[in-house]
Amino acid sequence: MSTEALRTPPDSPHGGPHTAGADAFGHVTGHGAGGPAPKRIVVGYGFWIFLLSDVIMFSAFFAAYAVLFKNTAGGPTAQQLFDLRNTAAETACLLASTFTCAMASLAVGERNQTWTQIALLATGLLGLAFITLEIREFASLISRGAGPSRSAFLSSFFTLVGCHGVHVTAGLLWLGTMMAQFYAKGFRQDIRHRFLCFSLFWHALDIIWVGIFSLVYLVGTLPQELLP
Amino acid sequence: MSNKHEFDAGSNVGVDRAPGAESAAGERTLGQEVRGYALGLALAVGLTAASFWVRGTTLVYGPGLALALLVLAVAQMGIHLIFFLHITTAPDNENNVLALAFGVLIVCLIVFGSLWVMEHLNHNMVPMQDLMQMQR
Repeated sequence: MSTEALRTPPDSPHGGPHTAGADAFGHVTGHGAGGPAPKRIVVGYGFWIFLLSDVIMFSAFFAAYAVLFKNTAGGPTAQQLFDLRNTAAETACLLASTFTCAMASLAVGERNQTWTQIALLATGLLGLAFITLEIREFASLISRGAGPSRSAFLSSFFTLVGCHGVHVTAGLLWLGTMMAQFYAKGFRQDIRHRFLCFSLFWHALDIIWVGIFSLVYLVGTLPQELLP
Repeated sequence: MSNKHEFDAGSNVGVDRAPGAESAAGERTLGQEVRGYALGLALAVGLTAASFWVRGTTLVYGPGLALALLVLAVAQMGIHLIFFLHITTAPDNENNVLALAFGVLIVCLIVFGSLWVMEHLNHNMVPMQDLMQMQR
């Protein structure tokens, strides 16, 4: 029997047994003939798993806030405390910084040092503006006697929003080191992998913030009778 | 530019893409990429504006406001996932989507489970004043 006879007829939608499951590009995915996935894919996937675990941690803080929301211990309520204009400004900063971060990743793809640095600087400044607004809000709350120790509601508020703020601060430090590494070492593959992780981290922080401004600030300040 | 090809040589071996991965070489031009992100930004800004507008309006049925805000938030999270993190339902994105689905499952269990359990606990608990009375 010749090997010719073992081959699938040419009109079959799939090739032979070795290309079964191959996609339109003729590549075999997984650990078959295509070989293991490139390192960039593995790095991104691993960091994606970390981000999901981070999101799960935040979901526990969201749950604590939702459960403790009405336990104000006779202290100030969300309606009395939160200024939605400040929240809108913070949201605008973070949303714009997510876009500039995406522009930075395009500049990195083009290996353009100038635009990479400009986009990353813009991302950093917008993130810094966000943190400044948040710290001002926290300081104003504490000065009005609404610190984290006032009530269970305020404890859960400061934990949730403060934890997000700490993440953004850590992201700013990471951003600074990325700028320095691109400047000093160029667009080396390992540094681009680090930057891929950073951009995933920064976009994920914006997703968390969407939950915070929608549920903590907008739903939280609804009149009492409209709350579920 | 030869440098670039050297770097990208390995990235087209498998066509699966990690979240946020750069696209395969030659797949999309820079202008298309920028337009894609701009569209994502426009949708996100639109949904954010809608959230703030819904919060201040009296046109929406009052008790439905919280649900409307939740739906807008979930929609915006979806926009971010698709346009910025590049999580799509393409067959080459299976691993990332499966991990995301598991994450969403755990998040829902934690949030709605906590609310459910605590609501029942509040409902069935002896009021604090009565508890103090009993201890005397």
